[in-house]
Amino acid sequence: MRIGIPKEPYEAQTLVAASPDTVGKLIKLGYDVCVESGAGVSASYFDDAYEAAGASILPKEDVWSSDIVTCLDTPTDAELSLMKPGSTLIARMSPWGNDELINKFHDMGITALAMDAVPRISRAQSLDVRSSMMNVAGYRAVIEAANEFGRTFTGQGLAAIGTAGSMGAQVSATDVRPEVADQVESLGGTFVEIPVKQQSSDGYAKALDEEQQKLTLAVYTEQAALNDIVITTAAVPGRPAPLLITAEAVAGMKPGSIVVDMGASPLGGNCELSRPGEVVVTDNGVKIVGYTDLPSRMPGQASQLFGQNIVNFLKLATPEKDGVLKLDMEDEVQRGVAVTLDGDIMWPPPPVKVSAAPAAVAEAEAAEPEPKPEKSAFQKHWWKVLVGILAVALIVGAPPEMANHFIVFMLACVVGFYVITNVTHSLHTPLMSETNAISGIIIVGALLQIVNFDNPVVVVLAFIAMTIASINIFGGFLVTDRMLKMFERSSE
Amino acid sequence: MLEMLTQFEMLAYILAGLLFILALAGLSQQKTANRGNLFGVCGMALALVAVIVVTLAGNAEIAAQTAGLMVVGIAIGAAIGVWRAVKVQMTEMPQLVAMLHQFVGLAAVLVGFNSFFIEPGGHFQGAMNAYHLGEVGLAIFIGAVTFTGSIVAFLKLSAKISGKPLMIPGRNAINAIMVLVCLACIGWLINTTGVEAGLVPLIIITVVSLVLGAHLVLAIGGGDMPVVVSMLNSYSGWAAAMAGFTLGNDLLIITGSLVGSSGAYLSYIMCKGMNRSFASVILGGFGDGATAGSGEQKDYGTHTEITAEEAATALKAAKTVVITPGYGMAVAQAQFPVADLTRKLKERGVDVKFGIHPVAGRMPGHMNVLLAEAKVPYDAVFEMDEINDDFGEVDEVLVIGANDTVNPSALTEPGSPIAGMPVLKVWEANHVIAFKRSMGNAGYAGVVNPLFYNDNTDMLLGDAKGSVEAIIAAL
Repeated sequence: MRIGIPKEPYEAQTLVAASPDTVGKLIKLGYDVCVESGAGVSASYFDDAYEAAGASILPKEDVWSSDIVTCLDTPTDAELSLMKPGSTLIARMSPWGNDELINKFHDMGITALAMDAVPRISRAQSLDVRSSMMNVAGYRAVIEAANEFGRTFTGQGLAAIGTAGSMGAQVSATDVRPEVADQVESLGGTFVEIPVKQQSSDGYAKALDEEQQKLTLAVYTEQAALNDIVITTAAVPGRPAPLLITAEAVAGMKPGSIVVDMGASPLGGNCELSRPGEVVVTDNGVKIVGYTDLPSRMPGQASQLFGQNIVNFLKLATPEKDGVLKLDMEDEVQRGVAVTLDGDIMWPPPPVKVSAAPAAVAEAEAAEPEPKPEKSAFQKHWWKVLVGILAVALIVGAPPEMANHFIVFMLACVVGFYVITNVTHSLHTPLMSETNAISGIIIVGALLQIVNFDNPVVVVLAFIAMTIASINIFGGFLVTDRMLKMFERSSE
Repeated sequence: MLEMLTQFEMLAYILAGLLFILALAGLSQQKTANRGNLFGVCGMALALVAVIVVTLAGNAEIAAQTAGLMVVGIAIGAAIGVWRAVKVQMTEMPQLVAMLHQFVGLAAVLVGFNSFFIEPGGHFQGAMNAYHLGEVGLAIFIGAVTFTGSIVAFLKLSAKISGKPLMIPGRNAINAIMVLVCLACIGWLINTTGVEAGLVPLIIITVVSLVLGAHLVLAIGGGDMPVVVSMLNSYSGWAAAMAGFTLGNDLLIITGSLVGSSGAYLSYIMCKGMNRSFASVILGGFGDGATAGSGEQKDYGTHTEITAEEAATALKAAKTVVITPGYGMAVAQAQFPVADLTRKLKERGVDVKFGIHPVAGRMPGHMNVLLAEAKVPYDAVFEMDEINDDFGEVDEVLVIGANDTVNPSALTEPGSPIAGMPVLKVWEANHVIAFKRSMGNAGYAGVVNPLFYNDNTDMLLGDAKGSVEAIIAAL
């Protein structure tokens, strides 16, 4: 199949959807690649570099009529009309609530894959264009801030990078998702706690309710006054960016301070006073940078990252590496980006669950042979029902003094599952020898029975049981200790 | 006095149970593993002291003799246990673990019988009687299956018997009949009164389940051994829990079910690693398809060989190297020279990583233990999922004694007995050097590995340890 890399139709867009490097990777996946003449010029990737990587340079019409076209954003109607039915468009599309666009794809009979709708699961990180573009933008935001700041950051020269690092931490510090705290701290930043906890089930921050909003705003206002530079990057997919820095907060900032509003857009940004694409200077001398094109200000790097995202996605969607796109709608990542499939409307995708803690629980619950997907719910779960009925029958039928033991038994089973849910593979063997040692607890039975001196058979059997159980206890603990010591040494 | 003892016993049981839970939880992560083991030891010590003190105090008139028996028995067991634990080679870990399982199984059978002798049918009244005898029957059933199953696993793992699966026609039906016979005998047992009457069904249960345990594991191929080992681990826990039921002892029940359910979960992880369902592992070995498919073996062309010197030259030129070890590395005791080679290459600035298949070796985590023994830092050791997509960027892959876990036919040939099993995609690397004793023997699954005939694969035949040492010399 042929992949087309067109020149971006929008004037301001300096990026291109593939660099010569990623073109080479696409070809490795078995695709033919054609690039529109001059597509990468503004990112300093010239036609001959693409040709050297194995792409053919074609005129606009031929590029748009490729089997697969990948570009940065949804193109204009003029370009869309060049696409052939049955072909595939891979780009950012903001499909949330954009029915007009979805219907357009439907009428055209094409497959539209929205790269900005990649589910936020760790497996999909490598193909998430929002992550990669935000990374570039965040980096650029620090540069812009430094540029507008007019003074050097504390320290000189190289320290700017260190400062940028702590800036980066500041960026994440405005997060309402508690799991971000660790990420921030792992980068050496400090996390400014916000009195609102949000458990994110799909990796995105959600819109906050009014009460929460008040609390967060108070924190931001306080922080804004403390800091020279504030960078905001909050976004809720499909909605206007949430307001974080009010006019009042800006008024409380020191003169010469900078706000970089990465969420700036015509619908409003994170800062009340920001204007998209512009630098605003307030009465008290605070500069508010509202550039919306931060990635475009470093087009080479951004194009490379975007292109790599596309390569990683196509790796997933080209399982045979034979240059034939094979979308798997069972895969939640590919399902997540599908807006239309050969004209059929697929949007919106079913929700993806990713939050770490519930996922672990789900794993434990699934700790039985995986049922085949085609089975009905009853066929899948009949044994669970059976086990449940048997358990109830056992407890109901049991004499009261025994029912207790069944309850203890069942609880212990559940604890056993949960306790080792997160076991690392490398410790499977030590874990097993540890459980070996612990199951030597059977010695308790033998110890209790050995006092029946009136029956020599019992004494003999108990003695044997006691002896071999001791082998387990001593051998198991000792050999576990031996293995763990080795792991310790090996990590030094 | 007696009341205080009972309270002390209860307290000790609760504490011991908690300590065991903490032990297993600790063992899940490297950082807390040592502490976990310590918790386990404390829990066990506490439980033993409590039981011994209470038993002796409750039987003051025979305390001396009882104490003597206890000391002698525990001392003998301790001596054997310590001796085995200190002597065992890390490569023999799977055998040791299987051996320990069999002890738990046997102990559960013996405790079950004792329970029966002390409290035979008629000792309790009504439902209590039936439940008690039913528990005795189950304890002996599970214990006996664990016992012989572990013995067979031990023999297979230590290569004292062939690892090939034993395929009796209609073996699933035979297994089912044996289970039904045992259940029927338990039904018979719970209606008996007195020792003599109950002994008959009890002995039938014992014999049949002993046969069943052996047969179950005999039918499982060597490639499935990691699952079998963790499955028997689980069984040994259930056996202990059942023995706890017969005695009405909560500590035994708690500990047994902890081990049982955690072992079941481990088995599940293993099964996922092989893309096989639990039932298919229990009911049939890998050899199933191999025997059927052997007649129509494909011709994969010829293999190319490489000398240790040439391999050294190739490694010198490489920037990134991934080593994928398998059971063969354990057999050849090659983990030490491999670690040596790793260090030498790293000194030259080569990026060396290890890629571990979840079922490499003969028990879960086997390879990790061996590499740790040879002091390979564990941050250089990666799980299959972490490394599998990166082989395209790797210059050299060293396949050391691995076979089925790097077999591309698992992905490409739907008819293959290992079809669908996730494998390390080593063939995507620039160049593969496969260490193998000879071209003749296939992997445990008995499947020919087309990897060895690939154009970008060179075979380094001979003893893996010798080969690696020769490469080090040539560097």
